Amino acid sequence: MPKSFSDLMREARSQIREVNTAEAVDLVASGARLIDVRESSEWEEGHIPGAVHIGRSYLEQQIEGAVADRETPVVLYCAGGVRSLFSAQVLAEMGYTNLASMKGGFQAWKSEGRDWTKPVVLSKEQKTRYSRHLLIPEVGAEGQARLLGSKALFIGAGGLGSPALLYLAAAGVGTLGIVDFDVVDLSNLQRQIVHTTDRVGRKKVESAAETVRALNPDVTVVPHEEMLTEANVERLIAGYDVILDGTDTFETRYTLNDAAVRAGIPVVHASVFRFEGQLTVFIPNEGPCYRCLYPSPPPPELAPGCSVAGVLGVVPGTMGLLQATEALKVLLGIGDTLSGRLLIYDALDATFSELRLRRDPHCPACGDGAPVASGSGVFTLKGGFGTSTGANA
Amino acid sequence: MSTIRIPPVLRTAAGGSKTVEVAGATVGEAIAALVAQHPALRDQVLAADGSLNRFVNVYVNGKDVRYEQELATPVGPTDTIILLPAMAGGR
Repeated sequence: MPKSFSDLMREARSQIREVNTAEAVDLVASGARLIDVRESSEWEEGHIPGAVHIGRSYLEQQIEGAVADRETPVVLYCAGGVRSLFSAQVLAEMGYTNLASMKGGFQAWKSEGRDWTKPVVLSKEQKTRYSRHLLIPEVGAEGQARLLGSKALFIGAGGLGSPALLYLAAAGVGTLGIVDFDVVDLSNLQRQIVHTTDRVGRKKVESAAETVRALNPDVTVVPHEEMLTEANVERLIAGYDVILDGTDTFETRYTLNDAAVRAGIPVVHASVFRFEGQLTVFIPNEGPCYRCLYPSPPPPELAPGCSVAGVLGVVPGTMGLLQATEALKVLLGIGDTLSGRLLIYDALDATFSELRLRRDPHCPACGDGAPVASGSGVFTLKGGFGTSTGANA
Repeated sequence: MSTIRIPPVLRTAAGGSKTVEVAGATVGEAIAALVAQHPALRDQVLAADGSLNRFVNVYVNGKDVRYEQELATPVGPTDTIILLPAMAGGR
């Protein structure tokens, strides 16, 4: 027996609860997920803030990724309330138990003067370039737009910075600042894969910028061809959303830490020695900082850089990629970062282990006492160990 | 006997060992036993007054002894002590 559209509507209405916009607001406020099932072109013209977009044609494929628990209350909407009703039927068939369709859809929402937002629209080329990101609910078009509007600063375009630069550029982090005053040396190329043999002798910031531009023209590189010091650190880090610390000296690491704590900028920290790497995330005022972990630097003979001690080239690669991963999580605000945890990678054993870090209430940089005053000199580290970030390790 | 894990940067001073088995009921006793076996480690782990150097973190079963009882932190026979000095290398 063929069914008419009216038959189907009647059937859907008898199965699915319809709510008005005010009821939908209440449901969302008490934890319901709001799903927009319209076409992408409609979504791009405006949508309800906080809604997740899953076009009706992708609903069966993508709903489990967006709403894993079938008991979770879900409110669906479309333009006028018809497609959302049929979509809810599909979800009911898939076992979702707490469904509602918003009557009147987005048109009713808008005509009642309720708040709505227009998403950043990616170009056709960007939709293709970032398509694998757009498919992940945790990133999606909104997350990608956020990355394109984000700024990450690399302290050092070396062993750790190279892979992280490549991947953050590929991911479309819109602005990548690079602090490095060094030139490309032949001995760098065993691990510093952002540079190439024909660029030996050229400035690292220029070489890195060239690679990044070739990989992704969406990305703007801001070269800072200078050594990070107490005198310039505040200017260098200002305006960045996240910093990737890939330097080679303790002096730079402490200077950066203190300034980042003062500026409230998260630092993704990594260091390497031969076959081993350490990684953590310092989020000011939320977790510990570098001084909480290591209150004072070791003497130089106990802390040789890669140029003295050597390093298996792929180890900074592994650690740099983990830095890039943490930086993306910080920028997107997703997952649990390594804040408060130190990850130790031992390449020879092929083991990852984790130590819990605590915020030191007496920390001179982030503790309960006064923050480190800029340029006070109190924590200026006196010579004796590498004082340049250009150790080329 | 508890196990002390020697970080790469200190291994030369420990005769190349990655782990060292030591006797001792506290972190202090275990480290004393360690530096007795490998005297070259003494100045790298302990300050002149016998306290822990501030640039070496010591963890017992993943817990920082600074927030336990420092050198008096008890260690059992199956416990693992990790010495963790800061590393700077990145380039």
